[in-house]
Amino acid sequence: MLSVHEVTTAYQGLVAISAVSIEVQKGEIVCVAGANGAGKSTLLKSIAGAERPRSGTVMFDGKRLDGMAQHHITATGIAYVPENRRLFPRLSVRDNLRLGSYLYRGEANREEPLDLVFKLFPRLSERLDQRAETLSGGEQQMLAIGRALMTRPRLLMLDEPSQGIMPKLVDEIFQAVKLIRDSGMTVLIVEQRMAECLEIADRAYILQTGRVLMQGPAAEITGNPDVRKAYLGL
Amino acid sequence: MDKSFTERRRRELLVAASLTVAAALVPLFIKNPNVQNIMILTLMFGALSQSWNILSGYCGQISLGHALYFGLGAYTTTLLFTKFGVPPWFGMLAGGAISALIAMALGYPCFRLGGHYFAIATIVIAEIGLLLIQNWEWAGAALGIEMPVRGDSWLKFQFARSKLPYFYFALALACIAWFVTWWLEDSKWGYWWRAVKDNPDAAQSLGVVVFDSKMGAAAVSAFLVAIGGSFYAMYVSYIDPGSVMGFQFSLLMALPAVLGGIGTLWGPLLGAIILIPLTELTRSYIGGSGRGVDLIVYGTLIVVIALARPEGLIGLFSRRKEASR
Repeated sequence: MLSVHEVTTAYQGLVAISAVSIEVQKGEIVCVAGANGAGKSTLLKSIAGAERPRSGTVMFDGKRLDGMAQHHITATGIAYVPENRRLFPRLSVRDNLRLGSYLYRGEANREEPLDLVFKLFPRLSERLDQRAETLSGGEQQMLAIGRALMTRPRLLMLDEPSQGIMPKLVDEIFQAVKLIRDSGMTVLIVEQRMAECLEIADRAYILQTGRVLMQGPAAEITGNPDVRKAYLGL
Repeated sequence: MDKSFTERRRRELLVAASLTVAAALVPLFIKNPNVQNIMILTLMFGALSQSWNILSGYCGQISLGHALYFGLGAYTTTLLFTKFGVPPWFGMLAGGAISALIAMALGYPCFRLGGHYFAIATIVIAEIGLLLIQNWEWAGAALGIEMPVRGDSWLKFQFARSKLPYFYFALALACIAWFVTWWLEDSKWGYWWRAVKDNPDAAQSLGVVVFDSKMGAAAVSAFLVAIGGSFYAMYVSYIDPGSVMGFQFSLLMALPAVLGGIGTLWGPLLGAIILIPLTELTRSYIGGSGRGVDLIVYGTLIVVIALARPEGLIGLFSRRKEASR
């Protein structure tokens, strides 16, 4: 479904990821793990069009994405939830969600993704009239994911959904990711908290200083003695 | 979406319809022409402020140069009528179309400016427009143009004996501006505008075409303001550059919205209902002692509002609603 081939992205000459290749198949949850500064976020930004890769190609369902404008990439069916969530703080929860549903031009059913969002995150349905800025960190993350779902994406990309959130809600969010996949979407998730993420992932990549260090089925990676020592602290 | 939301929108429509009916009956009982004049101006500025609110309130691009579109509407209608005999109804639409096009042409460079720079640019552009008209001989230059009086007629929209047709037109204008806003609030554009206002970077990353949203808001806003300008020209039947394109019109469009609640559906009308009668009364009672007393009144009001209720008077209502929940 998504194929990233030898992508190199640099910030003003500073190479953040170099020749990174990853594959995501339809219906998978793929986790990209790695320490701070490994280039995880840069990888997602390069796919979403927030950063322009210096070289390499990004293909999504046979369409070439690299070089496309960000809003065109969104329209191909990729929803990207960035690290800082980028909510609209002074708009209500309802408006934030509705905004997601206005990215598709067609007059398709707007209620359907909303039902899914409320099923995944019942808290949001209780807070529809509240401003987004009054939500807790976890709720804001839920809202960001919910808004992304309103675009009815085929591929959902999450950048560190666990960041700055209390542990109980982290579990809730990861469980929601599983349900999202079960409802027919594909998920590419970038995380520092590898243990939790590997639990729900089908396959995983480990990035280190901008390169793919290791890849394989999640179970295999979890079982790898080096990974256990270096990343999982076991 | 959810039920309470649909219900609230329906309720708003009902309230607006009842208010319209009520307003339509008022001049049947109040026949004093001075009071009728104030009511007409209130409705007109309500409509203008509502239109200004689309670009500046919803989309967040503060314009202090909307007098340009007001003047363009007034001049287009008047010139077409006096020079070519085109009925004002068509002149009105032509003025609207011209203003919308000019708003987009100006938006093309100006929307690249952020924040205050955009507001400053709008002031400067409106002043340039004013200077151009002041020096345009064919359009009457600084002397202005008078609408020839040809007797009461719906086609020419002239009524010497009664103010009622003007009142109902102003009421219709206020209704249209309100309804357009109401409708846009829950449309793709409405959501895009609010997103652009709140966080343009996030909007972009979600796939909102920020530049196009601003252009759309500017066009709709300018079109409606120009219709208001056309109406004003027909109502006063004499225009000169300062009296339709002066900076005070830009302010008078912004202030009711700011007072009532910027970026809200009811704010501009509420603000106009308070501000315009106040202005007219201070002008007629203490105006003789020198121009500008009305401006002191605005200034004071705005300072009080900014200190006590920055979200506008409409905040008084929503605050109460929240408290009762």
